[in-house]
Amino acid sequence: MEIIVLVFLSSGLFLGWSLGANDAANVFGTAVGSRMIKFSTAALVCSVFVILGAVISGAGAAHTLGKLGAINAIGGSFVAAFAAAATVMWMTKLGLPVSTSQAVVGAIIGWNIFTGSVTDMNALTKILLTWVACPILGGVFAALLYKLTVALINKSKVHILSLDNYTRIGLLAAGAFGSYALGANNIANVMGVFISSSPFVDLRVGDLFTLTSIQQLFLLGGLAIAVGVYTYSKGVMMTVGGGILPLTPVGAWVVVLAQSIVLFLFASADLEHLLASAGLPTIPLVPVSSSQAVVGAVIGIGMLKGGKGIKWTVLGRISSGWVSTPIISALISFMMLFFLQNIFQQTVYKPIHFQMTQEVLAQAEKKGLDTTGLHELQDKLYTSATLLQKALQKQSKLDYTAQIKLLDLSEIIHYQINPKKFKTLTEDFFSPGQIAAVKALANKSYDRAWKLSNALEEQSPEWKLKKATTVNKLFNKHLKHQIAIIMQTFEIEVDMQDQVLKHDTKEITLSALTIFN
Amino acid sequence: MAKRNPFSLFSGVKSLENRINKYLDALSESTLLFKAGMPLYLEHGAASDIFQDKLKQLIKHESTADQLRRDIETELYIDALIPDSRTDVLQLIEQLDKIINMEEFTLKAFNNETPEFPVEYHDNILALTEQVTLSIEACVLAARSFFRDVTAVQDHIHKVMFFEKEADIIDAKLKKDIFASSLPLERKIHLREFVVRLDNLANEAEDVADALAIYTIKRAS
Repeated sequence: MEIIVLVFLSSGLFLGWSLGANDAANVFGTAVGSRMIKFSTAALVCSVFVILGAVISGAGAAHTLGKLGAINAIGGSFVAAFAAAATVMWMTKLGLPVSTSQAVVGAIIGWNIFTGSVTDMNALTKILLTWVACPILGGVFAALLYKLTVALINKSKVHILSLDNYTRIGLLAAGAFGSYALGANNIANVMGVFISSSPFVDLRVGDLFTLTSIQQLFLLGGLAIAVGVYTYSKGVMMTVGGGILPLTPVGAWVVVLAQSIVLFLFASADLEHLLASAGLPTIPLVPVSSSQAVVGAVIGIGMLKGGKGIKWTVLGRISSGWVSTPIISALISFMMLFFLQNIFQQTVYKPIHFQMTQEVLAQAEKKGLDTTGLHELQDKLYTSATLLQKALQKQSKLDYTAQIKLLDLSEIIHYQINPKKFKTLTEDFFSPGQIAAVKALANKSYDRAWKLSNALEEQSPEWKLKKATTVNKLFNKHLKHQIAIIMQTFEIEVDMQDQVLKHDTKEITLSALTIFN
Repeated sequence: MAKRNPFSLFSGVKSLENRINKYLDALSESTLLFKAGMPLYLEHGAASDIFQDKLKQLIKHESTADQLRRDIETELYIDALIPDSRTDVLQLIEQLDKIINMEEFTLKAFNNETPEFPVEYHDNILALTEQVTLSIEACVLAARSFFRDVTAVQDHIHKVMFFEKEADIIDAKLKKDIFASSLPLERKIHLREFVVRLDNLANEAEDVADALAIYTIKRAS
């Protein structure tokens, strides 16, 4: 393994550490803040379950996407992970609960701006929506649950000590489940990028079990999260559990429960599928963040009690932390990319080229896009998404969504169906029909993602996306994941330099030229 | 301290709950013994076996209550239980302990100083004892509710206040009657002292009830 890979791996571990230091507060903050569970106990339970979640569920399938958003070079991933980690660490130092995934999105936006890639505006809208919707949902659910719980306690006349015991067990159980989910859901963000360069080999422990190289990598990431929990999470825990509002133990439990319910109801594609399959009305899925749901839930209980105990200044600091997290992360990412590329001469992205060929325009028309006026741009090679987007804006009246669709169709990515890689297509993730379809394409090459998709579809209907309905959403999501894995497996690198130089160099910006030199 | 099974999540809590219940039982029984002791004193005198028997029982109850109180306090601290209400519960237990101590102290004072109440005051002394013990019993019920059913605490607190006021009325009447009598001044002062001691028990119950009202607001919020 190259030393450079180890250096890059360090930023993943740093992100894991930051995640542990900040996000542990979402699952154990109220329990520790209300003094129901000692910090040492919470840190131990949290660490154990985070690691279990990361190793068992996070790496359960060996088909995790090894990409952080669209970032296509390990140098870029290093910067994005580092920028997100540094931002979250800063917020943790201030004792503010923030969303690590929003910090990652911010860092990816920084990469997009630096590389001239187009940022999906939906991602930004989602973050804005999360800031508003998540606390409101968390607050409403917490208030309702608190009223219900207090009524039940009064009715059951349970002894104060038994109630204390049940609450403690409830907090510990919720914290353990939350920690497991934290490890399972976030480990891919922390370590996914390094799967392809994992320094580990599969480890067989007697006849008991085998620890795959990915599991070992994720174990390392889980350990980083655990170290974050142990070393630095207390400050944020105290903010969540007592800084905003002094919470009673029952209140502390209600907050954790409300957060879990909000996440389950409004972010669970499985639940949506279940309801839709049964012909029941579905709950609209909204982007949720556990940090923001927890803060909302605490406020909800505070409002229920008349709002007198809420420390609005702390809340103001938290809100400004939410807004500044993606912005700071994007700035750090952008600046670091500049230094890493220009001073340390590292590759932070692989240039992506776009070309609207006759085939692309035909495919666009098939998809219902209006291609009037676009023939002028035909066959021109663009060295970044923003250049093509600008040209599209100048040449046509396509709306934003249509522009993004056309960008996707024009993006040049080379694939070669190399039979040597067929062994990675295992039946635990792909159906036999799907594998047969891929094998039928052996040795064929494609230069667009959609061409490979179409070819797969032609080989087998099992590669065809179903109509976009709520019932089919989960199926399509899984199929898209499978297609992405196929693309990741068979993608090859082709030097585009010669082709670029043959084209009109006026389209190439100065920044793009520096990359080629 | 009783041994706990470290592998059980509930046995420790259940045994502590039992100890708190036993502690409140001890207070309740001490009050009943106190109530039973007063007519025996007035009728048969301090030297009578029947009074001595009640006094011994009361001393034993006080000692049991003391041990229970120490166990409860230690366990609440060691296991860091009920973090939000621990201080309140500890204060409540201490305040209730003061009542048992006062009951013992008062009955012992009757035994040691043998104040001679003329027969015409006996009815009022017994009436005062009745109101005082009723206020303490209501206070015990309020404390029991605090542990299990906060919504009922106020009902019992209200009764504590009522019985305490009734005790104050009898206390005032007794003092007036004593000082209006032809008894020698030193005897008047001696008898007044015991009337005050009896009434103080109700005052202490009232103080506990006042504190309980606050603890309840904190618990219910």
